[in-house]
Amino acid sequence: MTTYYSEEHEWMTVEGDIATLGITAHAAEQLGEIVYVEQKEAGDTFGKGDEIGVVESVKAASEIYAPVNGEVVEANEVLTDSPATLNEGAEGDGWLYKIKLTDQSQLNDLMDLDAYKAFIG
Amino acid sequence: MADAPKRTPLYDLHVELGGKMVDFAGWEMPVQYPMGIMGEHKQCREKAALFDVSHMGQVILRGENVGEKLETICPQAFKALKEGKARYGFFTNEQGGIMDDLIVANAGDHFFAVVNASMRHQDIPHMAKHLDGVEVTELFDRALVAVQGPKAEDVVGTLCPAARDLKFMETILGEINGVECRISRLGYTGEDGYEISIPEDKASDIARAFLADENCEPAGLGARDSLRLEAGLCLYGNDIDNDTSPIEASLIWAIQKRRREEGGFPGADRIQREIAEGTERKLVGIKPEGRAPARHGVEVQSTDGENIGVITSGGFGPTAGCPVAMGYVITAHSAPGTKINLLIRGKAQAAEIVSLPFVQQNYKR
Repeated sequence: MTTYYSEEHEWMTVEGDIATLGITAHAAEQLGEIVYVEQKEAGDTFGKGDEIGVVESVKAASEIYAPVNGEVVEANEVLTDSPATLNEGAEGDGWLYKIKLTDQSQLNDLMDLDAYKAFIG
Repeated sequence: MADAPKRTPLYDLHVELGGKMVDFAGWEMPVQYPMGIMGEHKQCREKAALFDVSHMGQVILRGENVGEKLETICPQAFKALKEGKARYGFFTNEQGGIMDDLIVANAGDHFFAVVNASMRHQDIPHMAKHLDGVEVTELFDRALVAVQGPKAEDVVGTLCPAARDLKFMETILGEINGVECRISRLGYTGEDGYEISIPEDKASDIARAFLADENCEPAGLGARDSLRLEAGLCLYGNDIDNDTSPIEASLIWAIQKRRREEGGFPGADRIQREIAEGTERKLVGIKPEGRAPARHGVEVQSTDGENIGVITSGGFGPTAGCPVAMGYVITAHSAPGTKINLLIRGKAQAAEIVSLPFVQQNYKR
């Protein structure tokens, strides 16, 4: 099990061809208190860079862009009624999706934790 | 090239308190502090919050019959404004649109006005041009601090007992820690509270003195916006502007009876006609049924999918506990209870027209 990070402040923990995807604690903190999360549904497919959801804080709406190609296996329904879960556990209970990876080679473009830490300074 | 953002006399205090500074109308202002917008909003509704509003324009109007002359550019009854009283008003243009909204107080030997930060550059020359024989002086050496919330009377009254005796929309000169300040019982949060004009070199000391009260915490522009939205108060540039008339904006309450009848202000033709005949569109409260906030610019549709208006202010209401919004809709669809749709990111979301405000106003009458 390896965790990858994107420059769009997403994390992805990969097991085989299934990944759990969320936004980083750093991103959640920057967004502020989250009041609404709009998600794709199971079965939706997407390409790297596609918008796959919207996270809204009190202040503003922020789009989530896919770090890789894939298909939604499961959207975290907890976020529908408790969007604040994203603030409380962005890299835990506040995950956004379980996805099926369709191009494993794209993982090479992502960062590991040390690189991400350096990236956010 | 835009000029570097200006700083208020409380800038250092904001940074010290952990304020997240953003550029707002050319000013470097705190959008929030570590407590967060939600917490700061609730702090103001439940206890007291301190806001720096020094970016707003403070103006002294000195001369003969200032109130009467103001009536030539505003549809408010300022001639009858008694000493020690303040009144909400706006400048109208010849087309009956709103050029800016403001607060005007009769301070005895002069009038004191507060205008929006983003409109200072327009309003000051506008007043200087039209208020014949009135000396219009913009104050650059004073801070403006708002202390708002049910505990504001205690927070301010502890340092200035005379402030306790003020009623809503009353103003006095009072001493706070030996410094003469203009203390006005008003604000833009829907809560009881004060706006206090302080000499710039004393502003930080006095703000710290208020914040030393266990019931008072700093709040930023984020909370200020969600508070005024829940209270159903218009934001200039969003909900009202040069193209919206005060009647469309449901601001008829701010045009006193004599002025409605007599006219004599810019755009009176349109405004008096709209008072008599109604308007084609109207500013209303809008409550989305789901959790998705509907923000500025979202299209409003009838349940049949017809475009009937637009959201002008919207977001999440921390006290209401749900998304809240205001916008203009065609008058035929403006009755509270009317079901509508909001086109959010291309998807129609159910919503309803509701009466404003979303949260009951809590003024000390």
